[in-house]
Amino acid sequence: MELFNNLILGFTVALSLQNLMYCFIGVFLGTLIGVLPGIGPLATIAMLLPITFNVAPTSALIMLAGIYYGAQYGGSTTAILVNLPGETSAVVTTFDGYQMARQGRAGPALGIAAIGSFVAGTFCTMLIALFGPPLAEMALKFGAPEYFSLMLMGLVTAAVLAHGDMAKALAMTALGLLLGVVGTDVNSGMARFSFGFPELTDGIGFVVLAVGVFAIGEIVSNLGDKEERQIFTGQKIKNLWPNKQDLKDSAMPIMRGTLLGAFFGVLPGTGPSIASFSSYMLEKKMSKHPEKFGKGAIEGVAGPESANNADAQTKFIPTLTLGIPASATMALMLGALTIQGIAPGPQVMTQKPDLFWGLVASMWVGNLMLVLLNMPLIGLWVSLLKVPYRLLFPAIMAFSCIGIYSVNNSAFEIYLTAIFGVVGFIWLRLECQPAPLLLGFVLGPLMEENLRRALLISRGDPTVFFTRPISLGFMIATAIIVIIMVLPALKKRRAAITD
Amino acid sequence: MKVELKNNKRFLSGIMFLIVGGVAIYMAQDYPMGTALRMGPGYFPIVLGGIILLFGIWELIIGVLKPDPVKGNWSIRALIVLPLATVIFGIAMEKVGFIPALVTLIIVSAFAGDEFKVWEVAGLAVGLTIMCTLIFIYGLGLPYPLFSGH
Repeated sequence: MELFNNLILGFTVALSLQNLMYCFIGVFLGTLIGVLPGIGPLATIAMLLPITFNVAPTSALIMLAGIYYGAQYGGSTTAILVNLPGETSAVVTTFDGYQMARQGRAGPALGIAAIGSFVAGTFCTMLIALFGPPLAEMALKFGAPEYFSLMLMGLVTAAVLAHGDMAKALAMTALGLLLGVVGTDVNSGMARFSFGFPELTDGIGFVVLAVGVFAIGEIVSNLGDKEERQIFTGQKIKNLWPNKQDLKDSAMPIMRGTLLGAFFGVLPGTGPSIASFSSYMLEKKMSKHPEKFGKGAIEGVAGPESANNADAQTKFIPTLTLGIPASATMALMLGALTIQGIAPGPQVMTQKPDLFWGLVASMWVGNLMLVLLNMPLIGLWVSLLKVPYRLLFPAIMAFSCIGIYSVNNSAFEIYLTAIFGVVGFIWLRLECQPAPLLLGFVLGPLMEENLRRALLISRGDPTVFFTRPISLGFMIATAIIVIIMVLPALKKRRAAITD
Repeated sequence: MKVELKNNKRFLSGIMFLIVGGVAIYMAQDYPMGTALRMGPGYFPIVLGGIILLFGIWELIIGVLKPDPVKGNWSIRALIVLPLATVIFGIAMEKVGFIPALVTLIIVSAFAGDEFKVWEVAGLAVGLTIMCTLIFIYGLGLPYPLFSGH
C-alpha cells in the first residue's frame, strides 16, 4: 500500500498547475530539439541547467526530464519523415520508418512510434516506482568500499560500452576524474590544479564543462561538417492511427522492445542506440518474414522505438536511487540536483519524497502529453525542419552564454567555457568521446572521498574492496564486463552494434 | 594507406593524453602523497595521471601501427570565431551591459557560419535579444543592467 500512497503523493505533485506547466515546457522543448538534427538533449539540458536555479527543485527536474524523454519522441519524427535521425537513438527508425513514409504510411509509422514509446514509458515508470525504494534502501547500507566499487563499475562499464575505441574511452574517464579533482581538497584544504586562479579553487563548474564541450564544441563541429540538410518536400500526413493489422503486428515487438530497453537502461553507459539496435536485430530474427525488414516493416519501427524510450526512462533508476549517473545526460540531471543544493544519493527518496515521486509521476504525465500533443503538432515539427542551422546556432550560443554567466555572475566562467569549447571540439575530432569524461567528472570527487574513507577504515589494506561481499560482487561484475568486451569474437559484434 | 602523423587520429590522441597525464603528474608532485592509509591530496591525481599516461602511450603505438586519419574538417574559422564571441560576451557583460553584450555575441557568432546575410543576422540579433531580455531579465528576474557595466 505504501507504493500506492507514494504514487498518490507523486501525482499530487506532478499534477499541480506549476509542475504541469514545467512538464509541458520540458516535453515541448524536448520534442523540438529532438526533431532538429544537430542539437541534442545533452546540449539543451546543459544550456538550461543554470536557468533552473531560479525554479523549485522538483519543477526543475520535471522540466529537464521532459526534455530528455521528449527528445526521443522528436528524434523518431525526423527519422521517419526525412530519413535523418533527429537523435542518434533514432538511427534504426530510419531503416523502416522512412520506407513506410515513402509508401504513404508515414501516419501509422509516427503513430506506432508514439504508441510504442508510451507503452514503454508507462511500463518503465512502474518499474522505477517498484524497484526504486528497495534499491535505495539497499544503497543506504553501502559503506565507502561498496560505493567506490559501484562507481568503478559504473565508470568502467560506461567506458567499455561507449561508442568507439575502448582505450580512449577509459582514458577520457580518467581525464574526467582528474578534472573533477580540480579545486580545494576537502581533507587538507590544499588547492589542486588551480593554476593560480582563485576562481578555480572552487573547482570547475559543472555547467561550464558541459556547455563548453556539448554546446560550443558541438556547434564548431557541426559547422565544420558541411552536411546538406535535406529539406522535406513532403506529403500530406493524414490518418495517424495504425490499423488493426498494424497494431497486431506491433504488439509483441513493443513488449519485447520495452523489456530489452529496460534491461539496457539500467546498465551504465549503454546509450539508447544500443537498445534500439538490439531490438531491431531481435525483431528481424523473430520475424516470420525477415525479408520485409528495411522495406517498411512496422515491427522495425515499433520495437526499437519502444526500446529507446524504455532505455531513456530506466536510466533514472540508478541515477535516482544510487546517485550514480548511468549516462552523460543523467550526470547533468544530478548536476541539476547539486545546483539546487540537494546531494544526490539514496537519501533523496526518503528526505525528498515529493521530489522523487513527483518526478516519477510526471514522467508518466509527460509521456501522455507527448502522445496527445505530438500527433496534432506534426505539421509544426515538419516546418521546423526547414529552419537552417545558421539561424539556430547563434541562438544556442546566446542561451549558453547567458546561462553560464548567471550561475556565478562570473566572466571568468565564460572564458573557461570558451576554452572547453575549443578543447571539446578537438576531442570530438580525435573521436575521444566526451560522454565518459563527463561521468568521470561528476563522480571524481565522490570517488576520491570514498577511496580515502575505505582505506582509512581498512587501515590501508586495499583488499577491503574484495573481502566485503557486495563490493566483491561489483568488482567481479566489472571484470566480467571488461572480459566480455575485450574478447575478439564479441568485439566484432560490438562494432556492428555501435557503428 | 599512408597517413601523416599530424593527421593521425590515434597518434594525436596519444600525444594529448601524454601531455595531460604528464602535466598532472608534474603538478601533483607539489602535493603531499601521504600513505595508502592516510592519502594525501597528491595520491589520487598521481594515480590518475599515471593511468592517462599509460593509455596515451598505448594510443601512440596503435596510432603508428594502424594509422587512421582524422575525419571531418578542423573548421578553423568556427573554432576561432565562436570562442572569441564567447569571450567578448564575458567582457561586455562586465563593461557595457546585457543588451550590447548579447547583440555582439549574436553578430560575432554568426560570422562562424559559411553564409552571412546582413539583414538576416540583424533580424536574428534583434529578435533573439528581445526574446532573451523578456525571458531572462523580466521572466526569470536576472539582475543585470541592460545598458551599463557592473
